[in-house]
Amino acid sequence: MATPQDLRYSKEHEWARVNGDGAVIGITDYAQRSLGDIVYVELPKVGEQIKQFGSIGVVESVKAVSDLFTPLSGEVVEVNGALDGDPAAVNRDPYGDGWMLKLKLSNPDETKSLLSAEEYDKLAAE
Amino acid sequence: MSAPPSERTVSPLIFDQGQRGRANRYVERGKALDAFLPRNLLRDELPLPENTELDVVRHYTRLSQRTFGIDVGFYPLGSCTMKYNPKVNDTLASQHEFADLHPFVPDELAQGALQVMHELERSFCSLFGMAAFSLNPSAGAQAELAALLVAKKYFRDRGETQRDKVIVPDTAHGTNPASAAMCGFTVISLKSDTRGRVDPAEIRKVLGPDTAVCMMTNPNTLGLFEERIHEVTDAVHEAGGLMYYDGANANALMGNTRPGDMGFDLMHLNTHKTFTIPHGGGGAGHGPLGVAAHLIEYLPTPYVVRDGDRYRLDFDRPKSIGPMRSFWSNFAHAVRALAYLYANGAEGLTKASQYAVLNANYLRVKIAEFLETPYPEICRHEFVASAQRLKKETGVRALDIAKALLDRNFMAPTIYFPLIVPEALMIEPTETESKETLDAFVDALREIVETAKRDPQSLMNAPVNTVVGRVDEARAARQPDLRWDPHV
Repeated sequence: MATPQDLRYSKEHEWARVNGDGAVIGITDYAQRSLGDIVYVELPKVGEQIKQFGSIGVVESVKAVSDLFTPLSGEVVEVNGALDGDPAAVNRDPYGDGWMLKLKLSNPDETKSLLSAEEYDKLAAE
Repeated sequence: MSAPPSERTVSPLIFDQGQRGRANRYVERGKALDAFLPRNLLRDELPLPENTELDVVRHYTRLSQRTFGIDVGFYPLGSCTMKYNPKVNDTLASQHEFADLHPFVPDELAQGALQVMHELERSFCSLFGMAAFSLNPSAGAQAELAALLVAKKYFRDRGETQRDKVIVPDTAHGTNPASAAMCGFTVISLKSDTRGRVDPAEIRKVLGPDTAVCMMTNPNTLGLFEERIHEVTDAVHEAGGLMYYDGANANALMGNTRPGDMGFDLMHLNTHKTFTIPHGGGGAGHGPLGVAAHLIEYLPTPYVVRDGDRYRLDFDRPKSIGPMRSFWSNFAHAVRALAYLYANGAEGLTKASQYAVLNANYLRVKIAEFLETPYPEICRHEFVASAQRLKKETGVRALDIAKALLDRNFMAPTIYFPLIVPEALMIEPTETESKETLDAFVDALREIVETAKRDPQSLMNAPVNTVVGRVDEARAARQPDLRWDPHV
């Protein structure tokens, strides 16, 4: 799966689709493939304030339980409740139906510290 | 190719066999029972299985033949120490003088049993360098929780309730963060250095007045010895915190080095691992908790005290965290562990650990011929190999290798742990395996790796020789179906 050009990426394999002071967050195709079949996703609560690179939840696969980190700071305005019943959406469509949360960014400038698709591909290839 | 699991002969449940009215009724439901149980609590509609004795015997014998255990084959499950459990231990533990002892029997009529507990406790103290052990916790994870409860109470008594952080390196035992979280602590995970060790400088960065406990195991889950352990324990002590040793890897230590000497304040043992008690089926376990002198009064109750040549159970310990479970834990395990200890003696135990280390290194070097070993140095009782390169080249993952091993009559190693090694295979052979068995395991693994390069698809379908084939682990986790329901 090609890494979408319009997203920004963290070294911890999360993506952010930034639109003004809002952003949608998820994990990358590389991350879902490394984790294997995802069986549970634990997300923060709506209204919670989260800080860039902080641990905000858990992604559990048949292999392992991994922390979920946020690539950007802000307030959680929506979480993808559909993942409760269908965590496999993260495996099927990591950049679409498998999105995890929506943020109202507290510091949109942080986006600059994230990687481009090209930079991220280089990291994932290592 | 074999049929998929659903089409193979998976035994029907005992509930789905038999016929109404077929049960052998050796004991008829008589008047006495009716008189004893209130009529409104008697239920006739309970769908209990009704089978003949022969059907029952066949059912359970068949199931027993389909399980895999250490008595059937090699079981190199990393961090679990699946060593041979001498049968004499079971014979001793099932002697009626031990097995039929009522838990409420007064101390003076249970002197032998109390002596077993006392001598086991004293032996553990001298073997691991602790001041006292409680034999009460009945599993490793329960002992971890007990240890953290001890720490919590200790700090509360000292007025240091602000200590709410537990440091857990990424090479610690896998259950540690869960125990800390369950006890209400916040977990700080610590990255190990490029050699797979805890860097004292890194731990100093996270230490502070809020540090409660640092949980480690040494050798760590990579099978590597933490040579700078004294610097780590000193730093934690300087910050006012306590050091906890997870006994999962104690099989590498016996008679060679002691957690107490390394500076640990608390430790647990999994006697079911290190001291030869059958395990792997989910219980019954045994997790004695050891402490240094300053924590003795916080140990779970009861504690066996020796007065002259008499023994008694001491419950009057006001600072104790209380019992972790009912009665005297899994007492038969104390008998088994003591039998193993006395059969080997100090010298035998020391050698057992050394052979465990030798066997692990033999496998490590052999397996490095065809799989990556990311930490290529002398290991202790276990080591971690990686299938990352193989996965890149062939698509065959650690999971497929594990399944393929089942086809070749070997239990799979622990896979995907520790998390810092991608496609990890964590292998612990123990000291009780012969060189021939180790060689046969290496040959099987080598053949699997060669098959991966020639015909990867065949491994992705493995296992094909077992009663149950490749199970859908994702579906099992997403939609667990754990209970039999008569209406489905």
